[in-house]
Amino acid sequence: MNRRSTTRLVTFAAATGLAVASLTGCAGGGGDEGGDGEVTLTWWHNGTTGPLPEVWEEVATEFEESHPGVTVEQTGYQNEDLQRTLIPNALAAGDPPDLFQVWPGGELRDQVENGYLMPLDDVIPDTIDSVGATVNPWQVEGTTYGIPFTFGIEGFWYNTDLFEEAGIDAPPTTLDELIDAVGALRDAGITPIAVGAGDKWPAAHWWYQFALHSCSPETLQAAETEYDFSDDCWVDAGDQLEEFLGIDPFQEGFLGTPAQQGAGSSAGLVANGEAAMELMGHWNAGVIGGLTPDQQVPEFLGWFPFPGIEGSAGDPTAALGGGDGFACSAEAPPECAELLEFIMSEDVQAKFAASGAGIPTVPAATSSLEDPNLTLVAEGLAASSFVQLWFDTAFGTTVGNAMNDGIVNLFGGSGTPDEIVTKMQDAAATL
Amino acid sequence: MTATLQQAGPAIAAGPAPTPGRRRPRSSATRQRIEVVLLVGPALLLFLGFVILPVILAAVYSLYNLPPAFRWEQLAEPDRFVGLANYQRAFDSPEFVRAIGNNFIILFASLLIQGPLAIGIALLLNRPLRGRTALRLLIFVPYVLAEVIAGLAWKLLLQPQGGVNAMLESLGLGFLQQNWLADPGIALWTLFWILTWKYLGFAIILMLAGLQGVPEELAEAAAIDGASWWQIQRYITIPLLGPTIRIWAFLSMIGALQLFDMVWVTVAPTVRGMATETMATYMVQQGQFAGQPGYGSAIAVILFFISLTVALIYQRVALRRDLAGAVTRGVR
Repeated sequence: MNRRSTTRLVTFAAATGLAVASLTGCAGGGGDEGGDGEVTLTWWHNGTTGPLPEVWEEVATEFEESHPGVTVEQTGYQNEDLQRTLIPNALAAGDPPDLFQVWPGGELRDQVENGYLMPLDDVIPDTIDSVGATVNPWQVEGTTYGIPFTFGIEGFWYNTDLFEEAGIDAPPTTLDELIDAVGALRDAGITPIAVGAGDKWPAAHWWYQFALHSCSPETLQAAETEYDFSDDCWVDAGDQLEEFLGIDPFQEGFLGTPAQQGAGSSAGLVANGEAAMELMGHWNAGVIGGLTPDQQVPEFLGWFPFPGIEGSAGDPTAALGGGDGFACSAEAPPECAELLEFIMSEDVQAKFAASGAGIPTVPAATSSLEDPNLTLVAEGLAASSFVQLWFDTAFGTTVGNAMNDGIVNLFGGSGTPDEIVTKMQDAAATL
Repeated sequence: MTATLQQAGPAIAAGPAPTPGRRRPRSSATRQRIEVVLLVGPALLLFLGFVILPVILAAVYSLYNLPPAFRWEQLAEPDRFVGLANYQRAFDSPEFVRAIGNNFIILFASLLIQGPLAIGIALLLNRPLRGRTALRLLIFVPYVLAEVIAGLAWKLLLQPQGGVNAMLESLGLGFLQQNWLADPGIALWTLFWILTWKYLGFAIILMLAGLQGVPEELAEAAAIDGASWWQIQRYITIPLLGPTIRIWAFLSMIGALQLFDMVWVTVAPTVRGMATETMATYMVQQGQFAGQPGYGSAIAVILFFISLTVALIYQRVALRRDLAGAVTRGVR
């Protein structure tokens, strides 16, 4: 055999190998539908702590019982791992789970643009109607691709005992009162506010709040649709945050503190009485409950909305919030939509509400809320004139990431309010 | 091909011993080639598919502006091709330039601090010493530990209320307490300490192995001539340890340039971004978490070329003697 035939042999082997690999690649993925009507649905969600995993497990079991031949494989993953790594990779690899968590705003738009998601309007229209306007962030150009099962707003989770100890009678309703409360807590030797700045986004939410209360709703709209951050209010937000950081409201070493993992996290500090409050989303009661020694939501926990800022252009009753929704992958079997319909049924929503895992989106289920704090959040949500989606979600990954980087630099003392806006504009320019 | 095989088969099984003068009959050479193809082929395929192809793809992607979780077809879309804009952006980004700087700080610190430390400890451990085996074992343990486990352990120890600060407190050294991993001013050095703790054992074992190749007779002869222990180490042992030191330095440099996991595990994202970002963590942060696969690929290509350049220069300048000797003289 001369050299040429050796080369030919190698080429042949390589070609065969590649062909085999691509064939097996094509065979994988999609809804694994067996020949005898057996269907396996894979379902990825973010229920890893608190009561949520148990709720989803029951939902899966009940759905299997009422749908013979259907197997539901549900798995909970840590939220950011799921959002940033697992789902993007599974989608890009062409082998996504059937039912999975979707985040509204920029990410949903990207996924729809790539044809990854199943349009739901013709499949389960009644379910979509049942949640009303809450579904809007999960729509792209009028078509619904996901349905939120929980939606809530951000506010302060605080320790009523520590507030009492510091002589604070009522939760602050204005920024000045909040600043006074921070001072009173410091004087009493209590860490006023815990922030999980190590994870970036919990720190960024502070800036979001200042921006929400500084910018008019029209400005916010222009930012979301046209990436227009030219209004002065975006820089004002950073100025206000810088001033607020000046009163030293946070725990020691906050730049390294994670938000949710372990007793040393910001939620853990509140859970164990080592910090008086934390600005965090509606899910926080469950997280705090999971970090106490007895795994129960502590008695002392209370909630109040972010106070309005006197004399600012923003709507004082606007709130910052978001929700969790599920979507079916484009190639999922029809049973996927049925499972989603079941998850959104009033029974399951009521069970979800009763478990204390979050605030349901089906209005009729709200009355099943037992947790007094979630009831407060639900009332706050109802009282809000409008709810702005978390900015990092609303602006999409690229701008959101640059924005959060700019904000944590300000937290760390190495950035300026102008730089935050510059970073956002630079990132938007790369889109 | 099959025919060749069939002819070759019996020739070997039944044929007489090879004719003198032709050490390798043609049929045997053919057979050997087929064996090589069959044995190397699968590994080669894997290597091409999982190493070479991704490298080429990264170079291709780096010329595009791509959305997260993109599809192949999107490469053909208008406005996606941006040429070298991703590279331009990388070198204009103060974050990335700082990340390169951090890599080189760790590289030089490793060479200047870990190297002498490892040589010193290896020289000590090479002397007759009670419990020497146990000591060697203990020193090597951190290197055997999984990176993530070691990283998490240190992360817990170095928390503001963690073990290190508690120990300082109880030793009466409370004034030394720090937010080791949360203070951007010192986080890089805390990280360097963890890396030293983790990799010093490996360096020491390498040096000890190198010391075994230094003939004792030389030291004895020098001692008879009146050389002190220090003089023996300085003028005999360490020069003869040269090849080992140079190889260790090479491995250490590559490790420092590619550093990812220890940073990712131990340092919170915020502090990482401010003080301990490396090229590799910046690549994952931008390519994966900020949803810019094209930009991330450009960073990967830059990282590749920086590593390659450093490796080639080092090979030409420092390793040439070692490698040349090994090849031309055929001795170790």
